[in-house]
Amino acid sequence: MSGASSLSPILSNSSASAEADALKVLIAEDSDSDRLILSALVRRLGHQVVEARDGVEAVALFCDQQPDIVLLDALMPRMDGMEAARQIKALAGERLVPLIFLSSLSDASELARCLEAGGDDFLVKPYNRVILEAKINAFNRMRKMHQVLSDQRDQIRRQHEQLVEEQMVARRVFDNVAHTGCLNAPHIRYHASPLSVFNGDVLFAAERPGGGTLIFLGDFTGHGLPAAIGAMPVAEIFYGMATKGFGAADILSEINRKLKKILPVGMFCCGAMLDADFKLGQLRAWNGGLPDGWLVRANGKHLTIPSRHLPLGVQAPDQFQASMTVLPVQPGDQVVIMTDGFSESRNVRGEQFGEAGVHRVLADLEPPKEPFDALMEHIRMFTGKPDAADDLTLCALEIIHHEQLQARNDRAPESALSGPVDWHCVYEVRERTLADFNPLPLLLHICMEVPGLRRKSGEVYTLLSELYNNALEHGVLELPSDWKTSPDGFGHYYKERRRRLAHTNGHYIRFALSHQPTDTGGRLHVVCEDSGQGFDFESYSEKVLDQRLPPGTRYAGRGLELLRRMTRQLRVHGRGNHVEIVYDWESTALADNAPSGHNDTQRIADD
Amino acid sequence: MTDKPHLDEEALAELQDVMEDEFEVLIQTYLADSRTRLDSLRQNLEAGDADAFAKTAHSFKGSCINIGAPCLGALCMEAEQAGKAGNLDEAEPIVEAIEVEFSEVTTRLKSFGEST
Repeated sequence: MSGASSLSPILSNSSASAEADALKVLIAEDSDSDRLILSALVRRLGHQVVEARDGVEAVALFCDQQPDIVLLDALMPRMDGMEAARQIKALAGERLVPLIFLSSLSDASELARCLEAGGDDFLVKPYNRVILEAKINAFNRMRKMHQVLSDQRDQIRRQHEQLVEEQMVARRVFDNVAHTGCLNAPHIRYHASPLSVFNGDVLFAAERPGGGTLIFLGDFTGHGLPAAIGAMPVAEIFYGMATKGFGAADILSEINRKLKKILPVGMFCCGAMLDADFKLGQLRAWNGGLPDGWLVRANGKHLTIPSRHLPLGVQAPDQFQASMTVLPVQPGDQVVIMTDGFSESRNVRGEQFGEAGVHRVLADLEPPKEPFDALMEHIRMFTGKPDAADDLTLCALEIIHHEQLQARNDRAPESALSGPVDWHCVYEVRERTLADFNPLPLLLHICMEVPGLRRKSGEVYTLLSELYNNALEHGVLELPSDWKTSPDGFGHYYKERRRRLAHTNGHYIRFALSHQPTDTGGRLHVVCEDSGQGFDFESYSEKVLDQRLPPGTRYAGRGLELLRRMTRQLRVHGRGNHVEIVYDWESTALADNAPSGHNDTQRIADD
Repeated sequence: MTDKPHLDEEALAELQDVMEDEFEVLIQTYLADSRTRLDSLRQNLEAGDADAFAKTAHSFKGSCINIGAPCLGALCMEAEQAGKAGNLDEAEPIVEAIEVEFSEVTTRLKSFGEST
């Protein structure tokens, strides 16, 4: 009740239209009678008035009172309206404070000067109540619209900043998942945006435990968070399985199974997998939905690695085809894969670079220019951008001598936690399982449980895979390795291998593994037996090694030599289908520079 | 010199409506302001300061137009133009005309206030 008796002056004066809400209006006018009239007019419109007698007062009151609209006389003592207008506009910053000049100026050029000084409009004497109201209302609408737009812009800016920040955090998480990659190895070159994971591109590289490089390039449908989320399990599967020694086909099957399970219909991942075995001089490639990959030979010849499969995450696991194209390669060969962002890059006229453009660049390539440099130069020239666009990824893998890779292979030692050091186990793979299952990851995993032995995972994998591949291909399948000397035989070898794998009835490969600790590390004892007819292991390898072999060809005989160098003891029993090795390893850092084996059988000179 | 009316009674009536109780204050303020300005015009003229003379005439003009004294406003505009042209020789008779017109306006404003 006491409230009702104290009506505010604004309320009691408000005869103004409903459109105008109560504004704070600064009136700067040196003529007392004019100021009286204008103040009365503005108050009657329902607004609050702040009065100033000159420019200096006007600027001070503007800071102090933060008015919504300013009415300003052009000619005033101390500081004139023009200067006051400039200072007020500067103080207002991004805020839109409508500034209306009061004037009896009749000279058009002087009125124009008022607007140049920052005035938004002018009001000519004698003041007209109707025009004054219309102008205040019009500017209030503009002011509010500006406010809404500014708020929205600020909100968008804040959201954008938040998004970028979140992406940086997500990128760090992603990098932690993918940290074991070897993308920085000298034989791998790539271009990818720093935030490429958010445009759906992923690129991973890992060194195979047995010596070799595995590369996966993926391009998820869509952009932003959904694409990035799909990339996480792919990274985990890739790096997790690669270090455990799984083959490229197994990894692809697992990625496909996972993506099929987690991605919504319509979302998938185009991808390519390269599995380069430098020791065997062999590239296994898979392309599902990416543009043609290219194998560019050291001699300039090039052939495509086209997409022969559906993208990952489309097919059910039982329909998925992980079969890889096998190509013989030599050091100096380059393999190039890319996302469609590359071929779909546009020039200023909107034309696409196209896969034909890629082909032209590679056809015109003149060694020693590398395909990677040539492609990046051409795409920059074509798009006219010094920095290639953000949404393309290009990767080139150089085939190198496997010794180059091994030089970097010893990993940082791990802390010696407790684990099994003294044990024995037998594992036998039989019948159809010989065709369907690769036991190497499992066997490697068992060995890697020995504390400190993980540092030697490359050597242990090499030992196990040499024994297993000899037992399978030359023991059980009875494939002659000299088939692989010619490109034709190479294809024949793998065709025959597939055919014979269908007939493994009655066959087995048996591994007997033992490990015992020693003073400096441990001794791993491996016996590998197979059910094959066997062959003269020693003389077979002698025969192969006697030949002058072209570079880049690696054989069973060469594999045997490798075993000899890496192990303390190598014994071939019976018909050559019972091989026994003793591998000594040292856990101290001192051992790192020592020759990796102390062979007490005869040593065959290499190269 | 000008055929405009001494007072715009319509404009004054509107002002009366707007100002309500403050109308009398407004008239007194206007008359006091105007006397100060008239003194300033004389001083500017004697000092030969054409620029200041023009500015004073300009402000005087504005308040005359607002209050509803169009004839006086028109005389002030002539004074402003003479000042801007730096032609103070011609300004003397204009100031005299302004003085005459101002006393006329003063009388009429007083009677306007009394009549309402």
